[in-house]
Amino acid sequence: MSTDSLWYHLPPPSTVVPTPPAEAPRAPVALSIDGREVEVAAGDTVLDACRTAGASVPTLCYLETLTPVNACRLCVVEQEGARVLVPACSRKAEPGMKIQTASPRVRTARKVVLELLASSVDLSTAGELTPLLEEYGAAPGRFGAGAATVAQPVKDDNDLYVRDYGKCVLCYKCVEACGTDAQHTFAIAVAGRGFQAHISTELDVPLPDSACVYCGNCIAVCPTGALMAKPEFLLRQAEQWAPERQAVTDTICPYCGVGCTLTVHVQDQQIVKVTSPIDNGTTRGHLCVKGRFGFEYVHSEPER
Amino acid sequence: MDLHIVGAEANTDERAAVDAALGAPVTGWDGGTHVATRDGRSARGGREASARRDLLLPALHAVQDRVGHISHGALNYICRRLSVPPAEAWGVVTFYHLLSTHPAPPLVVHVCDDIACRARGADGLCRDLEAAWGPPLTHGGHRADPEAHRGAGEAGARRGWMRSPCLGHCEQAPAALALGAGADGVREEWAPVGGAAGIVARAEALERHAGAAPLDEAGRLAALCAVAPQAGSPSLRILRRVGVVDPERLDAYRASGGYVALARALDMGPASVVAEVVASKLMGRGGAAFPTGRKWEAVAREPARPRYVVCNADESEPGTFKDRVLLEGDPFAIVEAMTICGFATGAEYGYVYIRGEYPMAEARMAGAIVAARAAGLLGPDVMGRGVRFDLEIRRGAGAYICGEETALFNSIEGKRGEPRSKPPFPSQVGLFGQPTVVNNVETLANIPDIVREGGDAWAGIGTPGSTGPKLFCVSGHVARPGVYEVPFGQTLGEVLALAGGVPDGRRLQAILLGGAAGVFVGPEALDMPLTFEGARAASATLGSGVVLVFDDTADLPDMLRRIAQFFRDESCGQCVPCRVGTVRQEELLARLAAGGGDRPAAFELLNELGQAMRDASICGLGQTASSAIETAFARLDLHGFGAPR
Ligand SMILES: Cc1cc2nc3c(=O)[nH]c(=O)nc-3n(C[C@H](O)[C@H](O)[C@H](O)COP(=O)(O)O)c2cc1C
Ligand code: SF4
Ligand code: SF4
Ligand code: SF4
Ligand code: FES
Ligand code: FES
Repeated sequence: MSTDSLWYHLPPPSTVVPTPPAEAPRAPVALSIDGREVEVAAGDTVLDACRTAGASVPTLCYLETLTPVNACRLCVVEQEGARVLVPACSRKAEPGMKIQTASPRVRTARKVVLELLASSVDLSTAGELTPLLEEYGAAPGRFGAGAATVAQPVKDDNDLYVRDYGKCVLCYKCVEACGTDAQHTFAIAVAGRGFQAHISTELDVPLPDSACVYCGNCIAVCPTGALMAKPEFLLRQAEQWAPERQAVTDTICPYCGVGCTLTVHVQDQQIVKVTSPIDNGTTRGHLCVKGRFGFEYVHSEPER
Repeated sequence: MDLHIVGAEANTDERAAVDAALGAPVTGWDGGTHVATRDGRSARGGREASARRDLLLPALHAVQDRVGHISHGALNYICRRLSVPPAEAWGVVTFYHLLSTHPAPPLVVHVCDDIACRARGADGLCRDLEAAWGPPLTHGGHRADPEAHRGAGEAGARRGWMRSPCLGHCEQAPAALALGAGADGVREEWAPVGGAAGIVARAEALERHAGAAPLDEAGRLAALCAVAPQAGSPSLRILRRVGVVDPERLDAYRASGGYVALARALDMGPASVVAEVVASKLMGRGGAAFPTGRKWEAVAREPARPRYVVCNADESEPGTFKDRVLLEGDPFAIVEAMTICGFATGAEYGYVYIRGEYPMAEARMAGAIVAARAAGLLGPDVMGRGVRFDLEIRRGAGAYICGEETALFNSIEGKRGEPRSKPPFPSQVGLFGQPTVVNNVETLANIPDIVREGGDAWAGIGTPGSTGPKLFCVSGHVARPGVYEVPFGQTLGEVLALAGGVPDGRRLQAILLGGAAGVFVGPEALDMPLTFEGARAASATLGSGVVLVFDDTADLPDMLRRIAQFFRDESCGQCVPCRVGTVRQEELLARLAAGGGDRPAAFELLNELGQAMRDASICGLGQTASSAIETAFARLDLHGFGAPR
């Protein structure tokens, strides 16, 4: 009997990797940032151009992995000839644009935006904003002691994470992560209008009654600590949260064949948080409930 | 997406209301009875259902009209029918002030306490009504303090009231809107209301099922003549039929020159129609004054199909009522104009987005659309010329911001009415992501004349920089408030004189031009020509054509605080400068009103806040929220508002 098996005679796989039909190469876009000429790829944003030019532009609601909502207005820059400032994070770079990233108008707008946030929201765990408040000379106290705030009780309605919307700047990131930009669960959305706008489940039902699957992707993108995993929340409450004492190690999630990269944060021999690198090609920073929260077994089997 | 719906079920009334709006469910998957042999094998819903997300607001309206509020069960049922995640649908419900989230009394009267009504005693009216019916409801149908309502006795359970922003009846101020839930629900505009006693009497009449009888032709015309005092004058163009030709009869419209323009347009061909509109130099009348021809041209040039035509009839700028008068008084003209626009720009479908506070305008437009369709003037073969165009009305639900064109698109699409970032502009990416012409009612009302007379000839009306006739909404302290038509070029003083000037020998104190988003001017501005260029030269704006007049009895600081409150209430909440800035602006005015404190610091802060809102807000709401207030401080004598006492 022939030792040849059928598959042996199949043609060798093609070595040509199929490519999508070539898009006409689009010319790079040349524009000026603070007087410096830069070139960026067509489709890039003004923010990309600013970064290319080495100009620092603060952002709050922008994240590489999410669709820009341009809601916070911290990233505004001045475009010559435009009536109003433009949001760098979402405005596409156009040929010949002349952009100022630190003009007096820009600085005033950013300062006022920071003051409006700091006077209405508890920013005590919003690490990225603290240095900005100083840099822009923001004085939120100007609005007086009676200024309205979004202060409210913490929502602690499940075992895995707490929601402290008194710290929420309404950047929409969690909604996007829970929705079309990552999780497609749509457990939370913006409800209410104006100053009453807030993140909510339907009729504000507790998370366990909602569609939430506890992937924690909302926590991962929240810039203010309004959403916080339980271990971190409890440690902070006990005043024992100490990032400087934490060792951070990348590993592969043990649960399934996708093999997501996990970044494990260990403090005092205990896993206190699991994240994933935002620039990881597989996860883009997103995980599922098992990878993000399923680490208790490590602590519960001392004989290992 | 896994649709995750748990908890409450809709009751029979709620289901009936939703099914009346959406049709009956087909399977167990979209809310019907589950039949194992059928539904066990194939699923219905999913993409097909969520493609009709745009029916979310109509379905919510149906429940609100029938039951008076949106319960968890009703929300769940609608979500199942349309495959919408409940959290998102909740976000939509809570966005609109005419949708209640809590059980509300069967009759809720929305009483306008906005600037024009305030100038005519609305605040006192509200106090009287509070004495009769207890404290007002808060948004969402809440009883802030249920105990307080008990004092109002049994009537308190059957009726509630709340304060409302401008209801678009400023010429007959003070105004109210009555919304009664039930199978035979009522939606009535009451203007003028005749004081708190008038409101109570009308509410009692409604409860006895003795509400206002439908008007006959003479009644319809008389009501229109009351709001358009020039009615019948031969010089009128946009208003020529208002109060003269029965708005409910297509034959009357045709007998008065209607549909000549559409026939003409069909002969000319799309490109020539667009060329005439370009030649007319018609500028949008919705507030932004963008050249209409350029908009049409841009959409006609886009390769993408389908394209849409949207008529912006959300008119909610305080002090504005001209679009209402056109919709009520000459609805066929708007239908004809939109049909011409569709033909010219290659759009086969259009939407008229009418604010929810305008039931009469909505009914007249609905009647006109049905009549036009029956006569072959809408539909698959318009005028037998092989052109396809049809129209649909969408009702707003209490949100000024939905007049902003991109917020309006989101609202039609069943989303929260949050403005989008521009660019891309509607002509490229508009309704449902497609190229879209969006025009104001008054803008469209000019189209038939432009087509009939030719753009160049029409451009001879008015001034070279501001062509055509223009409507002004004159209200407040004038002898004959109403909507007035003049060719561009008349001065503010001349328009004021048309309306009979300031009555009772009082002195003119100030005029608000362009509405809450506009500017204040003092008596020295009476010589200003009411043209785009004239307004620009005087650092003013025409906005939506508001001329709101205050005599020396008006409490201007109180008006400023009402304007600040308006923007705080109407901000969509999306961007920080506006969401928080409008709150801070209102607080600062309260601080000034209280007197004492560091006045210069408060002014400096107001100015800086105004600059940041103007510069950094996403849309025109935040960008103009400080304009009236800043101009008032700069130009008017506010009698030491905020000075230490
Ligand atoms: C906050 C806000 C509210 C608006 N409200 C209205 C409105 O009620 N009606 C309207 O026609 N335009 C309104 N506009 C202007 C529209 O965005 C848009 O410019 C207009 O509908 C275009 O039509 P036009 O070119 O015919 O004026 C509003 C704009 C803003 C920023
Ligand atoms: S944990 Fe996941 S599913 Fe739950 S709200 Fe956050 S993003 Fe949505
Ligand atoms: S909870 Fe966090 S992520 Fe969500 S909107 Fe608020 S600040 Fe942004
Ligand atoms: S300016 Fe105000 S209304 Fe406009 S998008 Fe921002 S928050 Fe919304
Ligand atoms: S980062 Fe650009 S608007 Fe928030
Ligand atoms: S109807 Fe009251 S202010 Fe317009």
